[in-house]
Amino acid sequence: MYGKGILKGLGVTIKRYIDTYVDDIRWMGKRYYKSEGIAHRSSKDARGIFTVQYPEEKLPVPEEFRFIPFLVYDVGENGEQTLRCTSCGICSKVCPPQCIWITRTTNPATGRPIPDPAEFYIDSDICMNCGLCAEYCPFDAIKMDHDYELASYGRNILNKQKLAKSASYYESIRPFNSAKENQARSAKIAARASAGEKTE
Amino acid sequence: MDVKSINTPGYDIPDDLENQVAITTLDKIYNWGRSASVWPLMFALACCGIEYICAQASRFDLSRFGMEVTRPSPRQSDLMLVSGTVTKKMMPTIVRLYNQMPEPKYVIAMGACASGGGPFKEGYNVVSGIDRYIPVDVYIPGCPPTPQALLNGLIKLQEKISKQSLKTVRWYQKGEDQASIPVPILGPDLIDPRKITLIKNNQA
Amino acid sequence: MTTPTPVEILDLSSIFPNFVTKDNRPGYSGWILDKKYLLEFATKLRDEYGYDLLTSVTGVDYYPDDRMEVVYHAFKTIGGPVVNFKVQLPRQDPIEVPSLVSIYPGVELQEREIWDLFGIVFTGHPDLRRILMWEGFSGHPLRKDWKEAYFEEESKPFKSRWPEGKLIHAEDNNKFSDNISYPKEFDPEKWVPEGEAALYGALAKYEHTSSDGIKSDNIVINLGPQHPSTHGVFRVTVVLDGESIVNLKPVMGYLHRNHEKIGERNTFLQNMPYTDRLDYLSSLSNNFGYALAVEKLMNIAVPERAEYIRVIMAELTRISNHCMALGALFNDLGTFFTPLIYLLEERELILDIFEAVTGSRMMCNYFRFGGVARDLPEGTYEKIKGLVFERLPRKIDEIDRFMSDNEIIRSRAVGQGILTAEDAIRYSATGPLLRASGVPYDIRKADPYGIYDRFDFDIAVRQNGDIYDRYLVRLEELRQSVRIIQQAIKGLPGGEIQTGKTQYQVRVPAGESYGRVESPKGELGFYVISTGKPSPWRYHVRAPSFINLTPYGYMCKGQKIADIVAILGSIDIVLGEVDR
Repeated sequence: MYGKGILKGLGVTIKRYIDTYVDDIRWMGKRYYKSEGIAHRSSKDARGIFTVQYPEEKLPVPEEFRFIPFLVYDVGENGEQTLRCTSCGICSKVCPPQCIWITRTTNPATGRPIPDPAEFYIDSDICMNCGLCAEYCPFDAIKMDHDYELASYGRNILNKQKLAKSASYYESIRPFNSAKENQARSAKIAARASAGEKTE
Repeated sequence: MDVKSINTPGYDIPDDLENQVAITTLDKIYNWGRSASVWPLMFALACCGIEYICAQASRFDLSRFGMEVTRPSPRQSDLMLVSGTVTKKMMPTIVRLYNQMPEPKYVIAMGACASGGGPFKEGYNVVSGIDRYIPVDVYIPGCPPTPQALLNGLIKLQEKISKQSLKTVRWYQKGEDQASIPVPILGPDLIDPRKITLIKNNQA
Repeated sequence: MTTPTPVEILDLSSIFPNFVTKDNRPGYSGWILDKKYLLEFATKLRDEYGYDLLTSVTGVDYYPDDRMEVVYHAFKTIGGPVVNFKVQLPRQDPIEVPSLVSIYPGVELQEREIWDLFGIVFTGHPDLRRILMWEGFSGHPLRKDWKEAYFEEESKPFKSRWPEGKLIHAEDNNKFSDNISYPKEFDPEKWVPEGEAALYGALAKYEHTSSDGIKSDNIVINLGPQHPSTHGVFRVTVVLDGESIVNLKPVMGYLHRNHEKIGERNTFLQNMPYTDRLDYLSSLSNNFGYALAVEKLMNIAVPERAEYIRVIMAELTRISNHCMALGALFNDLGTFFTPLIYLLEERELILDIFEAVTGSRMMCNYFRFGGVARDLPEGTYEKIKGLVFERLPRKIDEIDRFMSDNEIIRSRAVGQGILTAEDAIRYSATGPLLRASGVPYDIRKADPYGIYDRFDFDIAVRQNGDIYDRYLVRLEELRQSVRIIQQAIKGLPGGEIQTGKTQYQVRVPAGESYGRVESPKGELGFYVISTGKPSPWRYHVRAPSFINLTPYGYMCKGQKIADIVAILGSIDIVLGEVDR
């Protein structure tokens, strides 16, 4: 019969249409605006309506996700914020479009450099979100952020103040990686302490 | 958008008429109609265009915002979503398309390349951002911005539209047409007709 | 599992003793020719020795040595290693080389590109015009003594970023505050634009009399660069007689982002994120090709677990790319968006896996020299298993049921846009375009790279070479990719994922290498020349979409104008690759 192919195709479309109602009824009430509903719609068993309704439902972002970088600061006992960055310059050397500008501070008395950046600019209109700066920083000082809601009415150049975010924020967005790094750092400090004891 | 949000505060409406009557201003109705049905121009230049297509597909549905009608013709569209790197060879076409769009028109620079040249800024065929030639309303950073970031930018555009007022808006002012831009020419390098005197002074 | 037919490696200097010498520079391989004998050599290579597929032609500038080179790579369609020959030319204008278009028609667009970017004239070329830049542009950009307007230093990293990094934008250093520079003699008031005279002049050579002897005029129409199809900024100029096509010329370069010039300024590691943006729908296979090319130069091996992860990622990329390609093809055939939306659902689930493993949906930047950047996080293994064993086979059958018997698709696609096997090989077509015409050439079987020789899969081949066959070849490749991932994920070993320590200053010894992979669009090759410095000396991308466009005009002659959009959709181009 001429037209059988088109009818077979229409059968596929009708099956999907009925699936949208069937899936809604099966999940009655729990399918929308709940995180398990969102997880079901992103899994291999997803059928029916596939939409994740931004801005009321946000698709959760995985840990490795990379957007614009940010600088990590540790909070001391009196609440003072110290940036981990020592202005070694590796991130600006490895950045492919060269969008990081760093000015190193010099001690005015001795003229020697101090490991602290005087200025730190990232032009987010050039940044290509590659993550190489975060991958090769030896001090865990610059990491990739998860915040993607950055639309604005003007151009965006981020300076040191806008880039600084706390270490607890970093641990909340990347728990697995930050736990591994903290472990490595404390192991290194313990090894140096025991080596120091042996020489004494 | 429900009736309560366009109500002007300070007027008492009896309870049984709450969902049927609203006392509002002409600006709010005008902006509600425009912001809830923006029609983009079908204009995917590069990689960001693929994220735009994904934003139109079923997972991040654009028709919930009224924007699923993408028109290929500039005469029928309101929004030019510049998604992708803008090159000098393409620049005369973009400016011509912008001139052909009827008012009210908006431009969104999506991605790092359209905002400020992006990672290809140092190339000899790349324009450092579309705002060198046409006025931009919203900038969305990212390379490419995820569809959720694009939806965030579109919501910001809707907020911008709802703040405009009929008295101050560009297309109802008297005087010369301010929106039309002279088309650049492809010579030994791209020539912007607004900078002819600057070029003459520098070459002399 | 079949082993490729062993092909003997020719010693060309003993076959042609008068004009072929071996290239003995350290790290180089191949043969150097005298340009007077180029045509004779190429004819013999194709007819007697069977090297019928000339895949890549590129130019190299050896300033300040007084030398330019044109480098050719040729293969046999029964498989085997490369024959790489070069012609050396003195660097004084005019630089002339005989054109190979009469022997291998597939070099037509590539020779135009070398004229555009290097200034080498190919005598005998039917239509030598600029292709990526516009007519009237001053200079030949890829020459080493041509500096762009935002030029800062010969290679990155720039000293102006650290330690005294004052935030000065590149625009502020330029006198026009933009990426523009004019030649000294340019006077804006006296200069007259030449416009598109060269393009329309090249089209005007075709007169046409209709069958009843009445001489009629032909119309010239431009489709694009802004158009409703989803392929990007691509322009086609057609000469029409009523509704049938008399002649067709594609115009490209609207997305030319200077990938190769920026590649010469970058270090080797910094080039990896830029390769993502070439074929932006399948970024992991671009990474794979570049990593292969540089690992050949560095001569390092990749650990087992990293090899398996590479194959899984490359095949997932192939599935995601074919979903988009088939959806776009159906869009062009007239089914307005429905199959595209169904296929994009599957692509979204695969992009979720990419986001969890690499960090980004599309620009993955995942491969490194000697392995991969990160290991698979928790839960990804089960996700991939669930997709590949349960969901994807079911969905591919659903698309098959949905579209393959549809009478409208069959009447529009069967018998249209035919490319025969001999024509496909002569025009240097590769990938699904070549396999749909009946030539079973797949680099994963013909010249295996990575660990592809351990997996059991078939090559998808069809005989007719029309649009319907290209759709069937891509559908079959989806099934074969699922088969490969099923085997790879069952056999995934433990272990480390990178040889050596991670370092950002990569030492690459001097030499040249050509690394190629079977990307979803065709043969993607990277030609890299290194001089031992941190940045490459020459970096060229053999782009499959660009070269698959060479037979486009030939396929469309005689068709109706509604068909040329469908034929373009079946070639499956991505503008990031065509224009680089």
